[in-house]
Order: sequence, then C-alpha cells, then structure tokens
Amino acid sequence: MATTDKRLEILKTYKIYIGGQFPRTESGRYYIASSNKGLKLANVCLCSRKDFRDAVVAARGAFGGWSGRAAFNRGQILYRIAEMLEGRKAQFIDELMKQDASRAQAENEVSLCIDRLIYYSGWCDKFQQLFSTVNPVASSHFNFSVPEPTGVVAAIAPQADSLLGLVSLIAPIIAGGNTCIVLAAHSKPLCAVTFAEVLNSSDLPGGVVNILTGKVSELIPFFADHMDVNAVVYCEADSSNQKMIREKAAMNLKRVSFYDKVKWAHEEGQSPYFIMDFQEIKTTWHPIENIGGAKAGY
Amino acid sequence: MATKKNNTLKLKFDSARKLAPAPESKSAAKIDPQYDLFINGKFEKPLSKKYFATINPATEEKLSVVAEANSSDVNKAVGAARNAYEKVWKKMPARERAKYIYRIARMVQERAREFAIIETLDGGKPIRESRDFDVPTAANHFFYYAGWADKLEYAFPNRNAVPMGVAGQIIPWNFPLLMAAWKIAPALATGNTVVLKPAETTPLTALKLAEIIQEADLPPGVVNIITGAGATGAAIVNHPDINKIAFTGSTEVGKIIQRAIAGTPKKATLELGGKAANIIFDDAPLDQAVEGVINGIFFNQGHVCCAGSRLYVQESVYKEVVRKLKDRIETLIVGDPIDKNTDIGAINSKAQLETINKYIRIGQQEGAEMHQSSCSVPGKGFFCRPTLFTNVAQSNRIAQEEIFGPVLAIQSFRTDDEVIEKANNSAYGLSAGVWTDKGSKIFNMTTKMRAGVVWANTFNKFDPTSPFGGYKESGYGREGGVHGLNAYVNIV
Repeated sequence: MATTDKRLEILKTYKIYIGGQFPRTESGRYYIASSNKGLKLANVCLCSRKDFRDAVVAARGAFGGWSGRAAFNRGQILYRIAEMLEGRKAQFIDELMKQDASRAQAENEVSLCIDRLIYYSGWCDKFQQLFSTVNPVASSHFNFSVPEPTGVVAAIAPQADSLLGLVSLIAPIIAGGNTCIVLAAHSKPLCAVTFAEVLNSSDLPGGVVNILTGKVSELIPFFADHMDVNAVVYCEADSSNQKMIREKAAMNLKRVSFYDKVKWAHEEGQSPYFIMDFQEIKTTWHPIENIGGAKAGY
Repeated sequence: MATKKNNTLKLKFDSARKLAPAPESKSAAKIDPQYDLFINGKFEKPLSKKYFATINPATEEKLSVVAEANSSDVNKAVGAARNAYEKVWKKMPARERAKYIYRIARMVQERAREFAIIETLDGGKPIRESRDFDVPTAANHFFYYAGWADKLEYAFPNRNAVPMGVAGQIIPWNFPLLMAAWKIAPALATGNTVVLKPAETTPLTALKLAEIIQEADLPPGVVNIITGAGATGAAIVNHPDINKIAFTGSTEVGKIIQRAIAGTPKKATLELGGKAANIIFDDAPLDQAVEGVINGIFFNQGHVCCAGSRLYVQESVYKEVVRKLKDRIETLIVGDPIDKNTDIGAINSKAQLETINKYIRIGQQEGAEMHQSSCSVPGKGFFCRPTLFTNVAQSNRIAQEEIFGPVLAIQSFRTDDEVIEKANNSAYGLSAGVWTDKGSKIFNMTTKMRAGVVWANTFNKFDPTSPFGGYKESGYGREGGVHGLNAYVNIV
C-alpha cells in the first residue's frame, strides 16, 4: 500500500451568519470565489432576498437586548472580539493571502482590524458623554439630550479592504448599540465569514451582527427598501446605486450614509463621528418644582 | 348623556363667568395691501407676475396679496444667495455675522406686538399663544444662535465645521415666524445663506421678518424670502445650486423631497409628522396630567407636529381621567383668535378643516365613540370643537395617522410593557409624554420611548437650547441647541 507524507486537507465550508447561526443560503445558490490568478478558493453562498429578510428579523429581535445593555458591557464584548481576532490572526492572514494580499499587507490589515476593535471598544461608554448635553432652558425644567441607537442598520461593506472595511463598518454601528446586517465584499468574502466565527465566540449575542455573502447589485434594493430597517450605509462611489439607495430609503425615511471617500487604513477611518452616524438625539424634559419656596443661596 | 356617579364638583364656567370680548387692538399691526418677493435685499415684483391672496381664517377676509414665485424667481433668489455666500457671508468674520443675527433678535423683540397680531390674523392661532409663545421664542432663537457664530470650533470636538453654502428652507403654516427663526438663525450662524419659503396660507410674518432683515442692514442676498405654494417649494428643492434642503412639514412631502434629491450632493434635514403618545399612569397627579393632555392636543388647535394626539390611560384611572377631560373641554373657549380670552382659535385653512372633519367621520365609522365640547363656534371662519374619541382601537386610523387638529384618541392600558409597545407602535417617532409620580418609572419610560423629544410630567415645551426632531418617519436632524448646528455644516 502506497503511503504519502501529505495528509488530505479538510476544506472549509463558507456559510453565512444569521441570528448567531451558520446556515447556508435558503436559495441553495452559490458562487465561486477565486484568486486573481483564477484559483478556486471556495463555494460561497449567493444570498437571496429571503436571507436578507431573515437577517432583518434576527437583527430586530436582537436590538432591544443589545441597545439595552450597559455601555460598559458592550465595550467589554468589543474588546473580547479583538481578543478572539488576535488569537486567530494566522488564519486571517492566510485567507487574505489566498485573496491576493502579500504577507506584509495581510499582517498589517489584520493588526489594524484588531486595533480598530480596541479603539471602538473604548468608545462604547464615552461617546455619549461627548455628544450629550444638559440644556439650560429658560423655563423651570431639567432638560437633557442624549444619543440613542438608530436601530437596525443594513450595511454594504467596502469591496476593497475586505476585512478592514468590514470591521471598520461594523464596530461603530454595534458600539453605539445598533444591530446590523452586513453584505461582505463580493470577490473577497472569505475573511467576512471567518470573522463571523470570531463574533460567534466573543459573547456577542446572536443577531447583533448578521453577515451575508452575495451579489451587491442583486441585494442592494432590498437593503434600501426594507421597511424594518432604520439606516443604510454604502461604501462605493457608484452614483446610480447611491441614487437608488436614497430613493428607496425614502419609503420609511432611513438614515443614509455613503462612505465612498473614506480611507479605512488611515487615521480618518476611525472616529466617534462614525458612531454618531447611527445615533438619534433624544431630548427629555421634566419640571423642576421649587418645594417650600427655597431660594438660591440656601 | 349618562349620569355621572362621582363626588367631584364639576367645573362650571358658563353661568356667572360670561366673559366680555377682550380683543387685542389691531392698530399696532401694519399690513400692506401687497407684498413682493424679498430677493437680494429688496422687495421685487415676481417674474411670474402672479399674486395670490392670504386670508384671515377666523373671518375669511382678505388680508393682503403676496407674490407667487415661479422657477425663474427661485433661480433669481438662489443666485442672490450664492453671490452673497461667495462674496460676503462666508468671508465675514464670525463675530460680525453674530452681530447681524443679534440685531434681528432685538428687532423682533421690539416689534413683538405687531408680529403677534399679524401671526394671529394670518394663521388663526390665539393671540395669547402668538404673544406669549411664538414671537418671544422666535426672538430667543435668533439670540441663542447668534452667540454660536464665533464659537463653532468648540461644538465639534477634533473637527472643523464649514458652512454648506446655500440653504433652501421650506416651512409650514402652524408656527410661521417661529419656524422661520428655527431655520434662518442656525443657518446664518454657521455661515450659510438662505432662500426661505413660508407656507402659502401664512406668508405675512415671514415677509415682516424680511422688513426687519432689510432694516438690520444684513448684506443683500444673505436671506431671501420668497412666497408661493407647492410648485415654488419644488423649484427650490430641485434647484441645482442649492446645497442643503431644510424642510418642516408632512411626512408625505418629506419623502418626496428625499427622493427628489437622490443622486444629487444635496443634504437634507426633515422635521415631519408625528402621532405622539401621552401616557398617564395611575400614580400621576391627575389634575396636572389632564392639564398637560389638554395643552398637548389643543395647543395651537392641535396644529402641532408633536401634539399629544394619542392618549393612553392606565385602566384604574381611565374613567376618572376621561370624565375630567370631558369636563375640561367644556371650559375651553373656542372663538376669535384675536380675543385675549380665546383658548382655541381658527383652523388654519378650509382645506385643513376638511381634513380634520374627514378624520372625525372616519373615527366614528371605525366604531370609536366621539365626544365634543358643546360650545358654540362662530358662524364665519374655520372652527372645530375640541374633540375626544374613546373606545379607540390601536389599528384605527385616528390612532395611526396624523390629523393635525384638535382631536384626541384615547385608549387604556394595564401594564408598563403593554403601553410601551402600544406607544412605539407607530411609524412616527417625534415626541411622547409620560405622567407618573415615580422617578424610576419616568426614566424607564422616557428611555424606552422611540421618540426624539420626551416630556415627563409636562408637554409641548420648547426652548432654543433644546434639540427638537424625530426618530423613524418623523424625519431626521435636530433643530435647537448645539445639535442644531449639525444641520448646516460639513464636518471636516
């Protein structure tokens, strides 16, 4: 019997991530992700409208719990995601290299992702203080304004920077207490799926982040017109897609953000203003009663 | 009417308390027979050559005629605003900009009485409200934002705020002068120039404001005020040289605007409709809560986007609250808005009165029980009695759609969770109200309401320092406070 030193490798099945589970697309469709040289990397789920709708249900279901968590706890979970990513660095570098990055580029991208998660972990319980106000109204009321999460965010991740773009998009959205559905970069989807595994082992509740793979042109209209989505974000400069998103988003007045000019690898790729793009300002009033007629100077 | 079993005295205002008419003198207000468009610092005849009448909704008498701007007029106004922006306003030191805005604030204060009278004549709101609320709050808004002009570097940590350019601003008829102030003041403070269009039924106070702007010697073109109806608004929205659209009005039109500017670099802030829930718990001070509910729905005839038009009352106090509300609306004086005793003035227009009456019919057809005040209303003009609906289902149109009139839909609830669910079950999210004596419950409720402004143990309070604006389909962006600056700057 002939023996060989080379053991047969177990190939990974790249599935999608909805509600903390890893299903295949309900459509049963797939597409082939390959390297620039045409080397086949994986059969990847070609998600359908139904997958997106399932993901919205999961995201909406997770919103109350996630937004209601202590900001400190959200910070800890983002930190935990960074820890998990650090531990699986090698796998991400390997996948990025399969998707045509050089080793140096891949190492740099993964390190940036980890640092970015740490950066937003710290913001979880701080941006509110920066963007809140106590308002000195002229009447006898106590009045304050605080940011609150917008809700369910549908995000189409950048096609370049397939891992860094994805992480840079997700982190501020969930740091602010939102839940999201993210469509991974079409031609480089491997890291997005593996990142879902990191999320799944990081105490992040199921449904807070849902990651789909598929065709942007097919799914983009659904991202923009679903009535239970509160905000939509798109990262390419394609003007006809931008126009369509704003038009369809008008159906329920989704908040729309375009990040086509952001350089994710630079300092400008992170800031609390990204968190604020998915926040609403709530103002609360309450009367002040002057009990017993006490005057200033007590 | 069913006999009431209670030991509380009923309020009686109808016998010995007959109030003599107390009309505010109209002599302090000068209304010209005709108004032109305020473009580039001058009142100019419209290129359209068209004018339309504006009437007093309380008497249906014509007050004046105003110009109807067509797209050429809009183009002229935008051109003036662009020129003023590039050549004057964006180059001017911020502290100088501030002083112009302070001037406007002071002049509005000086002419407050005149503004109040004209606001009431043109829009139908009680003189007490225009005198004590609309005009002073408008002046305060200018005063507040004037001070921001030279302090913007403190408002956006680690960033620079730069003006957007020319802002196109379209405002509604419910608070004509105040909405003009809410739009113009932050836009100018942040270094933008403005083309503003007041609503077609209430153009006069904006045109009086134009007189002040002229008198304040504001550089020509920095503020342009043009009148017209929907077509004029559309011409502003679609003008290619406008950088920013600020709109207050219906959700329906807000959506049209978002679609219209899709594919352009224009930014928008939209302050749209609402269907606010006002929630009374059984531990609330009920008399105070009833006053708050009355103010919440009947302030300005209910023509308020944040009006508390849905009332949720905890079951154990439901009957008592409904009885108190029925008693209280009997005491409301519906009549001539220029009379200082009037509580509820005229409905702003015939069209709006028809809309309100349509909803009153729908409410009855859907099975809700209607109760109206037995008060008399003037024979001329557009009036609507204060109206309550009980036995309302959450799915009824009067509980879901914005009526924009003095119509309150009342429902009951048992638990906190139930009322949170019901209150948030709306496409809108502009405002909400909570009445309870328990502090921890207040914070639980105010945190859970998906709405931009939440009043606890109060309602319908406004202040220049306090951000106002909605969640969900009530629009986006804030007006007021430091957050209101965001609407008019690019952060770089």
